[in-house]
Amino acid sequence: MKAYQFNMTANKHTMPAQEPSVRCGNFCEVALGYDEDTAIEEAKRCIQCKNHPCMQGCPVGVRIPEFITLVAQGKFEEAYGVIRSTSALPAVCGRVCPQESQCEGKCTRGIKGEPVGIGRLERFVADWHRMHGGTEAQVPQPNGHKVAIIGSGPAGLACAGDLARLGYAVTVFEALHLAGGVLVYGIPEFRLPKEIVRHEVEGLKALGVKIVTNAVIGKALTVEELITEYGFKAIFLGTGAGLPRFMNIPGESARGVFSANEYLTRINLMKAYEPESETPVFPAKRVAVVGGGNVAMDAARCARRMGAEVYVVYRRSEAELPARREEVEHAMEEGVIFKFLTSPVEILEDAAENVAGLKCEEMILGEADASGRRRPVAKEGSAFVLPVDCVIMALGTSPNPLLKKTTLGLETKANGTIVTDERGATSLPGVFAGGDAVTGSATVILAMGAGKSAAKAIHEYITNSAK
Amino acid sequence: MYKIIKKEILNPTVTRMVVEAPLVAKRALAGQFVILRADSRGERIPLTIAGCDREKGTVTIIFQVVGGATMCLNAKSEGEEIADLAGPLGVPTEVDGLKKVAVVGGGVGCAIALPVAKRLFELGAEVTSIVGFRSRDLVILEEEFKEISSRFVLMTDDGSCGEKGNVCIPLSRLLESGERFDAVIAIGPLVMMKFVAQATKPYHIKTIASMNPIMIDGTGMCGGCRVSVGGEMKFACVDGPDFDAHLIDFDEAIKRSKTYAEFEAQARERHCNLFKNSPKS
Repeated sequence: MKAYQFNMTANKHTMPAQEPSVRCGNFCEVALGYDEDTAIEEAKRCIQCKNHPCMQGCPVGVRIPEFITLVAQGKFEEAYGVIRSTSALPAVCGRVCPQESQCEGKCTRGIKGEPVGIGRLERFVADWHRMHGGTEAQVPQPNGHKVAIIGSGPAGLACAGDLARLGYAVTVFEALHLAGGVLVYGIPEFRLPKEIVRHEVEGLKALGVKIVTNAVIGKALTVEELITEYGFKAIFLGTGAGLPRFMNIPGESARGVFSANEYLTRINLMKAYEPESETPVFPAKRVAVVGGGNVAMDAARCARRMGAEVYVVYRRSEAELPARREEVEHAMEEGVIFKFLTSPVEILEDAAENVAGLKCEEMILGEADASGRRRPVAKEGSAFVLPVDCVIMALGTSPNPLLKKTTLGLETKANGTIVTDERGATSLPGVFAGGDAVTGSATVILAMGAGKSAAKAIHEYITNSAK
Repeated sequence: MYKIIKKEILNPTVTRMVVEAPLVAKRALAGQFVILRADSRGERIPLTIAGCDREKGTVTIIFQVVGGATMCLNAKSEGEEIADLAGPLGVPTEVDGLKKVAVVGGGVGCAIALPVAKRLFELGAEVTSIVGFRSRDLVILEEEFKEISSRFVLMTDDGSCGEKGNVCIPLSRLLESGERFDAVIAIGPLVMMKFVAQATKPYHIKTIASMNPIMIDGTGMCGGCRVSVGGEMKFACVDGPDFDAHLIDFDEAIKRSKTYAEFEAQARERHCNLFKNSPKS
């Protein structure tokens, strides 16, 4: 028996958003979310297929058809319970997951028309829960074991949540002054309000998770000390991939060249866009952002909001852009100018050593490379100068080297990523790892998935060693 | 929160603070630094550790008031708290095996040079300290340097105290007269370190400079602190802050250090007005 009458509209219900011309002048959230009626109608577009293809696309295995049925029936708090049982950060995932390549990419409705707006529904449910003062699960009975989590990004928070629910005394160590990792320093306010991250972190604290900020593990304390002196039974390394890459082209030391990490950290973590913030941000008029991922979109859209004319310079074509589709569309609506098939060769400097332009070459797509994407090749004689006074490099990041340098016996690959088995166990007993620190820069949801599976492995490890 | 145990004005623009930070104090070594934020609206700034007391769990910082962030920090009194302080960051100064060393400090850089000189003295090295300031009013830590130096040379730009001139004058004089060092360690303004490197280069004496570039996180994340060393890009926060001074591209570092110069000047004015409008009671 059907739980509800299906809504066979071909397209997703649109989510209200701030007008592009308005949102370019503020840092408030762009997408405004569904109201209850729209959410129910969108939920009814789910035809409850038997094999649940959407769930196969979810790295944390959210029981999507089950929560959507509850939304369709108006049982929002129950729907939240379903999502929450497998996802540590529903309000975050609903906003930043690349749904088009995950759950929604597999949705049957997507074959003819648009898939069900699973991400939008997840976001609606999480927001509804937060606004209606929903309570979290009760603090579980302590099991007497201590686990340390290094890094409070999505991997660490997901791991902490699952372990806390199993009764572990969890301490999360964060090097920065605020918990959240990339959710607070990288992803901008207009895409993920920091109040939401704060709320999720508070939720973990309510479960008994202890968060220690300003704690640089590998420097102030070593992994070994945490085990031998502080009595942690297991450690999870969720230190991310924070080390920015540059292009190694002439002029990268000019004034006005930044890594996306630096630019975004100044704006997001340090709130440099607020007049009362002490942190400066470079007053650029014309900005070139190099790269085509989510970080590039975030940097470009921040620069728009800081009042600059913004170019995204990407060496492949629009079809290969690795960023979430919605972010690309939003960036375009906001007037970000895309220079596809364009690759920088030199940053020009004026007499005062400020950036005076970005010299680029046009590219054509050649044969497919190891990643399966067609390799861009420079078009001869196509060099031109983009007149900009600021260049932001968003070329991906490498794992943070701090822990590797100070943790003896921790096996890493040549690219700096930590070596683990499929369960997240590293070369050191009791030490597990997951997220970007293991995979290199990827997505929030993949990091959460790794944090979750490591939590399971840690639970088994401690249970077995206690025997 | 990190409590200020002691605050001392060393000269009109330089202040010494002893701050409670047991985790940092436990491991800190000469040459390392902390990142701190005076209050919740403050900027994250790197400050080199000027000393620590492992038993009391305190760290000493010495800073010059340059921009808004250091003004905010300087406005705090003993007993008040600093919002955030993380460390010890960076690689400690390499002191092993050095028997005879010249430590060259300039201005507030002397605050960082002192713990390095002290560490060398404790390890039994013969330390020549050459310190320079603009004028007599700005001289700091003179007695502390004398205690641990077998030779102490004080220079001022205007000759109001010690010898007149910059720190390279006595250093070059010593080198010309045949004096040799296992290493020369230079800590101070970029221009000073650049000239120290030039002075020692003909003699092939290992020369180390301690860089203090723009930095946000201090853990290798922002890349703001990038320095060209021997043509390679290094991050001062994780690879440094000490580098081979003969390989550092000082001109590039000087250029990069000016990125926010205008903003700093504006912040100074803003804060001065702020202080004028709400005088401390």
